[in-house]
Formats: sequence, structure tokens, C-alpha cells
Amino acid sequence: MPKTVVLKIKRQAGPDERPHWEEFEIPYQERLNVLFCLQTIQRNPVNRLGKPTSAPVWDQSCLEEVCGACTMIVNNVVRQACTALVDDLEQPIVLEPLTKFPLIKDLMVDRKRFFDDLTKSKTWVSIDGTHALGAGPGCSQELQQLRYALARCMTCGCCLEVCPQYGLERPFVGAAVLAQVRLFNVHPTGAMQADERLEEMSKPGGITDCGNAQNCVRVCPKEIPLTESIAALGRQMVGYGLRKFFSKS
Amino acid sequence: MSERAIIVVGGGLAGLMATIRICELGHPVKLFSYVPVKRSHSVTAQGGINASINVLGEGDSPQIHFEETIVGSDFLANQPPAKGMCDDAPNIVYLLDRMGVPFNRTPEGNLDFRGFGGTLYHRTAFAGATTGQQLMYALDEQVRRYEAEGLVEKFEYWSMQNILKDSEGRCRGIAALNMPTMEVVAFRAPAVVMAVGGPGLVFGRTTNSMINTGSAVIRAFKSGARFANPEFVQVHPTAIAGLDKRRLISESVRAEGGRVWTYKDGKKWYFFEEMYPAYGNLVPRDIASKVIHDIVVNQGLGPDGGRYVYLDVSHIDDDVLRRKLSGVLEIYEKFMGEDPYHNPMKVYPAVHYSMGGLWIDYNQMTSVPGLYAVGECDYEYHGANRLGANSLLSCIYAGRIVGAPAVEYASQELPDIADSALAEVVGREEQAFEEVFASDGEENAYLIQDEMGEMMDRDVTIVRENATLDKVAAKLEDLDAQAARIGLRDKGRRMNAEAIFARELRDRLLYAKMIVKAARAREESRGAHYKPTFPKRNDDEWLKTTLVDYSAEELKISYEPVDISLLPLRERRYDVKH
Repeated sequence: MPKTVVLKIKRQAGPDERPHWEEFEIPYQERLNVLFCLQTIQRNPVNRLGKPTSAPVWDQSCLEEVCGACTMIVNNVVRQACTALVDDLEQPIVLEPLTKFPLIKDLMVDRKRFFDDLTKSKTWVSIDGTHALGAGPGCSQELQQLRYALARCMTCGCCLEVCPQYGLERPFVGAAVLAQVRLFNVHPTGAMQADERLEEMSKPGGITDCGNAQNCVRVCPKEIPLTESIAALGRQMVGYGLRKFFSKS
Repeated sequence: MSERAIIVVGGGLAGLMATIRICELGHPVKLFSYVPVKRSHSVTAQGGINASINVLGEGDSPQIHFEETIVGSDFLANQPPAKGMCDDAPNIVYLLDRMGVPFNRTPEGNLDFRGFGGTLYHRTAFAGATTGQQLMYALDEQVRRYEAEGLVEKFEYWSMQNILKDSEGRCRGIAALNMPTMEVVAFRAPAVVMAVGGPGLVFGRTTNSMINTGSAVIRAFKSGARFANPEFVQVHPTAIAGLDKRRLISESVRAEGGRVWTYKDGKKWYFFEEMYPAYGNLVPRDIASKVIHDIVVNQGLGPDGGRYVYLDVSHIDDDVLRRKLSGVLEIYEKFMGEDPYHNPMKVYPAVHYSMGGLWIDYNQMTSVPGLYAVGECDYEYHGANRLGANSLLSCIYAGRIVGAPAVEYASQELPDIADSALAEVVGREEQAFEEVFASDGEENAYLIQDEMGEMMDRDVTIVRENATLDKVAAKLEDLDAQAARIGLRDKGRRMNAEAIFARELRDRLLYAKMIVKAARAREESRGAHYKPTFPKRNDDEWLKTTLVDYSAEELKISYEPVDISLLPLRERRYDVKH
């Protein structure tokens, strides 16, 4: 008998519809990833009971774990469906959407709030313009390596999914945004607006909302030093508090 | 936001740079994107961005960059725009550096540069091996800054369905689909900039993302925008096979010393180094892909008869690999389950990039007044073959230069476009969706897609034969007829991925027909277009840009001269130094 793969997928036609489970069985192939399992269902949308159905909807783009789109919960672990290889997974493979964001349909959610929090945190360099102003500031190889590690964040939301402090109704911005604040605060020019970012992050939803559960760093697919960054930001925050105190007095 | 806002469609490097420039000129932007902009396809670019800054004192200059770009293009690129791009490249890289892109550094703290295909200079600035991602994020941050100021309004998960035209034939806005709600809405705009990327899915499984549908440019094409050079499609020599896609193994791997080989007569054969002593493993992509294809398919010399050759970095220091290439080696490791640091990687060519695209003038305006195109969806800059690390550059350069003319165009007073004109376009698009929703035939759109993609990939890439192209053209007509008989399984009116895909498939089939027709017509070999029956570049008859117009449901081909005003024609060679 040829080998097959069984998937159990949480279906939901929209945020106001009732969720239900649907199982699918597809042929096994070498180097099969969860993403191609979903693509296979599109080519023959029949469930395990032999009943014609619609193919599940999910978010996808690059399929090489650099865009962050296909993030979902695979066998209770939040990760990208493209790098989830069937050979490494127990069956049935259970697929669910992220729970900390509004559902669009089936396995697809809207992470808009994540992007809005990035805007709120002012994580950019305030350049004077795009005209020719010569080279940027020099930078040591060590600083470049640190910043590159932080800059690989693809806004996937794994760290937010596992954070006990993060939720739809709660203000905490989460580890990824805090690490981005560090990324810009250590940049030679970005540092000129460090206090503005620290001010934002000192408000409710900022760094003090972190409960130090340290789940975030364990699930980050890009191994970003998230907890180390929150600690570093905490130290910057102490300095900022002192500066603020003395500038008032 | 007012109807003054210029519409930018697409949030990759070109669209974001255009947005930044337009905002910088004080003009608001409505930014439409198929996905949240940070997930755009530009994030997958790995190797770097070219700029002749000459940090290493090799005597490099923008003029040499320009000449190598033109030779790389096999002289099909219009020379003045290519010159403009190469001249501006140092400014662009400095700008990105100022935005905070974590480019790799020299010990002195300057930007570091690596070699790349088609050049002997170290001209490519890079951020590890995820340069596209890093550039994307830097531009995304700057756009976010304008968003915070209220100059940018984003429409993410929206798909452009068509352009709005007035009675004078000018572009006056777009109709777009809000994909989560499946609602079609028309937006007025004084100018529209399309930055919608390439048509990867036309070739099925490629190095492109799933969002590179090829649909939006076809909608514009069918509404009167002229197309140019569709037959020039880049096949990248080194990618890894996957069931769902082909994953790029960047040219930077070879630039950092990676060597390509296979076995011949029981011994390792470093064929590029033998055949092209001057450029070795860094011959341009069209040549490298052709050589690998010949060795594997014609000579049957893939290791163990397999459809691959080896790309080897096992002789390079682990620390160097980690610092400069970890992003790409990680992809190999995660998807192939093998350690590329100590074992040679198995690679094979894969479709990667479209040199052709919407025809534009030197201000990036298409043949439809008020409609601009930038990035991979325009045809400028790369001619018959693009040099590695010139795509991030051309995307950003085009976005940079489109701002001023688009804002100037948008400032003119034009008579209002009537509500009824908007309603008509929306009605047409809604009707097209209703037809898809009502479809209850026996065909599956995804299976037709597979058949089209596999055929295009097999028959219309590295080697092209007229007889085969004729068969492909006939088969595309059959597939189109099949695509009219699909049965839609998902009848839901929310985020209906299947209905959207079914409509885009029809666009892709037309895109494929256009590529095949233009390839059939061009009786020479130039850059990525290779016909064994006409093995040489033929400047006397074919030094001309292919133009395609859509009229009365027909594809009409014509030609225009290439602007070769700056650099005389010469033979293209990589076995010796230029």
C-alpha cells in the first residue's frame, strides 16, 4: 500500500462562522512539506470521507521562510508551513490558524496590528531625504553582525503567539517590536531618536508589560536574540528614565 | 484621503521607493498590495546590489558598470536609461546605508563589496545573503514614517483588477479587489504607478513567490498598455528542486568562492573554470544555465545521471560562510536536510526573472498616459539578460526616478471622470467574478496551472525550437478552453482564493501566449533567448525591441530600434577579459 499523509485542518469560513475540523489524506512524497500538502489538496479538494469540499485557505508567498506569510500552528507548534517537513512530523498533522490575530478564513489571519505597532514604535532612521548626501556612518563589523541578526525579523508573529502577555485585547507590543526598537537605538543615526522610541516603549503596552516568560526566544525561526534585546532595552530605559528625571529638575 | 493621492500598486522595492519619492515631493499616496507590503517578493533577493563605489581600489567606475550591464544585456537594453541607473547606483547604496540597512562591513567600517556574475570587480554591496529582505525592510520603515505622517494610506490584501481610463485614453485610477471581503472598488487617482513584479507563475515552479501571478500587468495590457520583450526570461543557473517551488541558491555563493562541478571520466570537472578561464564560475546567468543544461541534458553528465550539478563551498572557511552566506545556506539545510557547509549542494537552473515587461518611456510612463511602471514589471534596463545584483538596483532606481514626473503629471487639471465610468469598470469585474462563481464544469484551475507551468518550463526556457513553440502555442489554446470550463468548489464570498486564482490563470495563459509568440518570431539567439537553429546574435536584423499590443483580442507584434547611442556594438565574450 502506498504511503499517505493525513492532515487534520481547522476550517472556519469567516470570523463569525463556526469552526470545524476536516481531515484530508494525500499521497506521501519525499521532502514533502506542509505547504505542498495544502497545495495538493487544492488539486483534488476531497476530504478523507471521500466528500468533495473546498480547499483550505492560507497565507503564502515566498515558500523559503523569509517572508513570514505562511505562519500557522502545526501540531501545536507555531512555525512556517514551508519549512515544516512531513518526515519530521507526527500524523495526523494538525493545522490551526494563529490565535492572537483576527481570523480572515481557515488558516489565514490578519496581522495588521503587528505592523501598526511597528509604526507606533518609530522603528526607522529619520533620514533628511533621498537626495545624495554621501555615505552613511561607519560601522564596526561587530555592530553590523548584531544589527543584521535583529533585522532578520520577518514579522511572522511566532513570538507573539506564545507570549502570555500578548493578545487581541491587550496593549503589549511583544518581543519582536521591542527588538526592532533596539535595532534602531543602536544605529549611529537611529540613536539620535532613541529617546522618542523609549518614550513610546515606556507607555502601557511597552517594555514593562513583558512578563519574562521567555517563550518568544524559543520559537523564533530566525533565532533572533529576543530576550537579550528586551534586557538591553531595559538598560536603555533606565538611562532614559534618569535623563528624563534630571532634565525636569 | 483625497482623490489627489497617486496610486502605487505593489509594495516591493520599486513600489516602496516610488511611494517614498512621491511623498517626499509632498504628494499623498494610496499604496495597494496583494500581501502586507513587508512580505513582497523582493524579500527573497539574496546576493546584493551593484554600485561602483570602488571601496577596494580596483579602478571600478559607473562607466565600467554601465558597459558590463550593456554587454551583459547582449546590447538589447536602451543605453541612456542603463547609464542613468549605473551612474546613480552609488547614491542609492549610500541612501540605503543611511536608512540603516545592515550592510556587511570592512575592518575599517566601510561598506564591504563582493564579486558577482558578469564582472571581475567587487561591486556588490550585501547584507549577509538576505540583501533583498534588508533593503525591503529599510524602505518599508521609511514608508511607515510617511504613513505615520498621514501621507500614505495602505490597502493590503487588495488586488488590482484593472485600470480606469477616461474618454481620452488616460489612466485615471484603478479598480481593485478587497480579497478578504471579495468586494471590487474603484479608486480615482491623478496617476497610477504599477510596481507589480514579475510573472513567475507562468512557468509554474520557479524561484519566484506565489504572489508573482503575472495577472495585473495583463489586465493593464488588455486595457491598452503596450508590452515589450516578453520573450526574454532569465533562467538562474543554481536553484534547488522542491515539490512546491525551486529555491534560489544565490550567485553570491559563487562570488564568495563556490565552485560548480560534475564528474567526467571519473574525475571532478570544474567546467566553468575550464570553458571560461577569465570569468570562471561567474559567467552571466544566461550562459551558465545554457552550459549546465547542455552538460546534464545533452551530455548526460549529471552525477549519477541525476538532473543536477554540484555547487561546492566545502573548501571555504566555516566562519566566512556564516558571516556572508548563512541566509542562503540555511535555506539549503532546512529544505534539503543536508549540511551544505561540508557537502556539495545539488543545483539546477530555474526560471528566475523577466527582463521584459510593460513598455515605458524614459520617465517610466507606459503607452497609457498617466500609467507608469517600475521594477520587474517594466522592460527597461536589462535587455536580453540581466546581470546579478542589478535587479535590486533597477527596482530602486526606477522607483526613484518615477516620483518627479508622476507628481508633475498628477498636478495638471483634468476634467472629472464620471461616477458612471467607475461603476462600469466595477460592474465588469464583478460580472467576471460572478461567471467564475457560477462555473460548474469538470476542470480544476490548479491542474491546468500545473500543465501550463510544466510545459512553459520545459519548452520555452533555455532552449527554444520553432516546431516546439508551435506545439506549445496550440496547447495553450487548448488549456485556455479548458480554463473556461472549470468547476469552482469554494462558493464562499470571503477570501475566495480559488476564484481569484481561476481568474488570474486566464491572465497567465495570455502572458504565456505572448512569450511564445514573441519567441517564435525572433529568429536569432541573444542573451536568454537561445535557438539552436539560429545560434548567433544577428544585429543586422534583430537588434530591436519586441513590442506587443493587444487589440481585438489579438496579439500584434511590432519592433522598435534599441537606443545604442553610448556604446558601440561588440562581441560578447567571457573566456577572456573585456
